[in-house]
Amino acid sequence: MAILYAGLVLGGIGLVFGLILTFASKAFHVDVDERVQQVRACCAGANCGACGYAGCDGFAEAVVKGEAPVNGCKPAGAEGAKKIAAIMGVDAGASEERQVARVRCQGIKGVAKERYTYDGYRSCAVAAGIAGGPKDCRFACIGLGDCMDHCAFGAITMQDGVAHIDEEKCTACGACVEACPRSVIELLPVSQSVIVRCRNSDVARAARAVCMKACIGCGRCKKECQYDAIVVENGYARILPDKCVRCGSCAAVCPCNCITIE
Amino acid sequence: MNIWLFLISCVLTNNFIFSKFLGCCPFLGVSSKVETAASMGIAVTFVMTLASLFAYMVNAWILVPLHLEYMQTIAFILVIASLVQFVEMFLKKSMPAIYSALGIYLPLITTNCAVLGVATLNVTNQYNMLYSVLNGTFSALGFLLAIVLMAGVRERLESSKIPACMKGFPISLVSAGLMAIAFMGFSGLV
Repeated sequence: MAILYAGLVLGGIGLVFGLILTFASKAFHVDVDERVQQVRACCAGANCGACGYAGCDGFAEAVVKGEAPVNGCKPAGAEGAKKIAAIMGVDAGASEERQVARVRCQGIKGVAKERYTYDGYRSCAVAAGIAGGPKDCRFACIGLGDCMDHCAFGAITMQDGVAHIDEEKCTACGACVEACPRSVIELLPVSQSVIVRCRNSDVARAARAVCMKACIGCGRCKKECQYDAIVVENGYARILPDKCVRCGSCAAVCPCNCITIE
Repeated sequence: MNIWLFLISCVLTNNFIFSKFLGCCPFLGVSSKVETAASMGIAVTFVMTLASLFAYMVNAWILVPLHLEYMQTIAFILVIASLVQFVEMFLKKSMPAIYSALGIYLPLITTNCAVLGVATLNVTNQYNMLYSVLNGTFSALGFLLAIVLMAGVRERLESSKIPACMKGFPISLVSAGLMAIAFMGFSGLV
């Protein structure tokens, strides 16, 4: 009898609260545009911030409001843009070629000279500020993994003190480009397989003194290139992706093995 | 007891985390950044104040007259869960800014033992309505103080050199223990 009594009272209390909540959910109902959820589902979902909004939720809301472009989510790529455009009922627009982050340094251990052994807080930004960084080359990848920490897609690994990017996993969100205190990483079109892996702008002798694979700006690649796709500026060679046909003849003549073909 | 002494004892001497060991889950889970820790603390303060009031009303006006005191725990859980749901809906409609700031923490508080703890303690200590609400508010302020202090310590831990085996939770627990010992120094205050 006592159990029945207690159950009834408690059930009664529960019922009252339940009713109050039911009415409250009607009274305090907030209309949410269901397209926000749909757009959110099409994003890459890494909250990388490449779109310029505070996370994927912020981007989805901005798209529905019409403030952000439908192809604003870089990690989702052209495919994601198409899906979002379909939800919003607009044209996705011409999407650019997929980009990928490239590390412009080959200064692994034994190739780039070490200035000192760094044993402090594991951060490139911190190490870069101590006596010009642990490597003699002031343009080199420091290799403590600031880019790796900022990559939301696990595309970056540190190999022998230089960042290595997994082309398949990279979504070109640009977080690593922002994070690198030395601007070693650059976004390039994925088809651009011929890459100059150095941006040392010191004069040839100084560049050579700090790294075995430094670009000395000799210009042999420029002479070899039949398509005028290489310029030598600020002491290092640069390939123009628009003109380059990926023949690889420049890589063959580079005396310092600076140019690589992926 | 003098009311000022009562309030000080709620915040410092009988600190929920350091002397009663209630609410340790959010204390360790949401204390990695000072801002989020403060948001969590404010949300807990809000809920604990209201929970003390409603739990008192349910206990004094329904359970005691009907001699059902042994159902306190389950009734309080019911009150807290409904209350948090209601507050969440209310905030979403009327104060979207606060809702988006507290949003993810509110549901977490539903299952926070500190909230149930304050309701139960109010009954065991036979506080009247005013004292119950004050106990709820000021105990929660003690929680806020503790979680913000802990977040400050943990932000420092992030950039300090810690042996690999102690990284993360182990060193956090050691720090929490040291803070609890420090808070024991307040026991002579009241």
